Amino acid sequence: MKVDQEEEVKSWATDKGYIHIRKEYCKGCGSCIEFCPRDVLEESGDLNKKGYRPPVPTAPEECVNCGLCERVCPDFAIWVSEKPEDELRYDS
Amino acid sequence: MPLTTLDEKPKKPQDVETTHPMEKYLRPDRLPHIWCSGCGLGTALNAYCHALDDEGFGLDDFAVVSGIGCTGRVAGYVASDSYHTTHGRAIPFATGLKLANPEMNVTVFSGDGDLFSIGGNHFIHAARRNVDLSVICVNNYTYGMTGGQVGPTTPKTARATTAPYGNFERPFNLPNLAASAGAVYVARWTSLHVRRMKKAFQKILTKKGFTFVEVISPCPTGFGRKNGQGEALDELKSYKERSVIRDGADPTKVDIKMDPDSDIVVGTFVDKEKSTYSEVKEQQLAGKV
Ligand SMILES: Cc1ncc(C[n+]2csc(CCOP(=O)(O)OP(=O)(O)O)c2C)c(N)n1
Ligand code: SF4
Ligand code: SF4
Ligand code: SF4
Ligand SMILES: [Mg+2]
Repeated sequence: MKVDQEEEVKSWATDKGYIHIRKEYCKGCGSCIEFCPRDVLEESGDLNKKGYRPPVPTAPEECVNCGLCERVCPDFAIWVSEKPEDELRYDS
Repeated sequence: MPLTTLDEKPKKPQDVETTHPMEKYLRPDRLPHIWCSGCGLGTALNAYCHALDDEGFGLDDFAVVSGIGCTGRVAGYVASDSYHTTHGRAIPFATGLKLANPEMNVTVFSGDGDLFSIGGNHFIHAARRNVDLSVICVNNYTYGMTGGQVGPTTPKTARATTAPYGNFERPFNLPNLAASAGAVYVARWTSLHVRRMKKAFQKILTKKGFTFVEVISPCPTGFGRKNGQGEALDELKSYKERSVIRDGADPTKVDIKMDPDSDIVVGTFVDKEKSTYSEVKEQQLAGKV
């Protein structure tokens, strides 16, 4: 299954950066939801094409950009990035 | 609560990463991978990619060799030169690769069955010779790919396709086997120890000699379900309960038991210096050929 990346990756702004989720890669194992230290993520109400429920950041403002969700995901379906410098300056 | 998605609040596209940062080490045309939901293989590969990244490896700097099995598929997902050998032969192939191209950093990434059943002899002899290889064994206690048979690391009493009444055999304790065969670095982590596993991978990528990391990992499909361990997430939670970090522990004392209340000892057990096969060879041949 090859999917158009731009369309498939959805990003959520957090205070420190972004959470990115590529929902068609997710196999609904729940690891990111379980091990996020800040309870940022919940299971989505929607199924992906494989029939799994990807995570959704329901509390993105709680995210500390620790990257644990990215590391525990076996499917390369979730990752985080830092906000670019200029945006951080603009925000503050 | 309304979500702030970039769909609603668009940012300049160059400000936002839309590819997974580890995708540069993978073959995107082969993703998503075929491993089951919650299988620890993806987590181990993820940690390996992060280790390569933290050490600044480019795609020409390393090669990955795997044998046969679900773990063996790793070689097919990494974007560097990689080789999916026949069953059990990852180590001899990797040895040839290393000796022919000493500059190449060679990782063997394979399963407990591949490395310790059919490939067991190759493992002990490469360790004995101290060939400069980084060996990662994902130990899921079974032959995952072929449906969950008893393998050399299946704990005593565990159920398997070939052990409906529970396994009668005593399993290998892999850190002990690696240490006694001569490995210069031996560590064990579970697939939940994402950062420590990554650090151990960094270590074996940079340390000379025969280095070994065992990654205890869930195989819900082939092992977990038959043994009442539930889904992969349940098994990961049990690692959290059962893991005890004991760096420098005596490798003879780190056996894994089926008892859900028993400890899984993790940590770095061996980290020593010893001349490698190639160094000894160079030294003994100096001035002679
Ligand atoms: C010569 C040979 N014998 C047997 C097999 C069947 N076979 C395929 S994978 C496998 C075991 C793999 O176990 P492991 O290395 O633990 O990998 P896992 O699937 O658990 O990751 C076996 C016995 C084979 N492919 N080739
Ligand atoms: S980066 Fe850390 S805090 Fe943010 S969602 Fe991921 S695990 Fe949670
Ligand atoms: S860890 Fe990855 S595969 Fe598992 S639920 Fe989260 S995004 Fe999906
Ligand atoms: S059978 Fe087991 S080892 Fe193979 S992909 Fe599935 S969970 Fe992973
Ligand atoms: Mg196995």
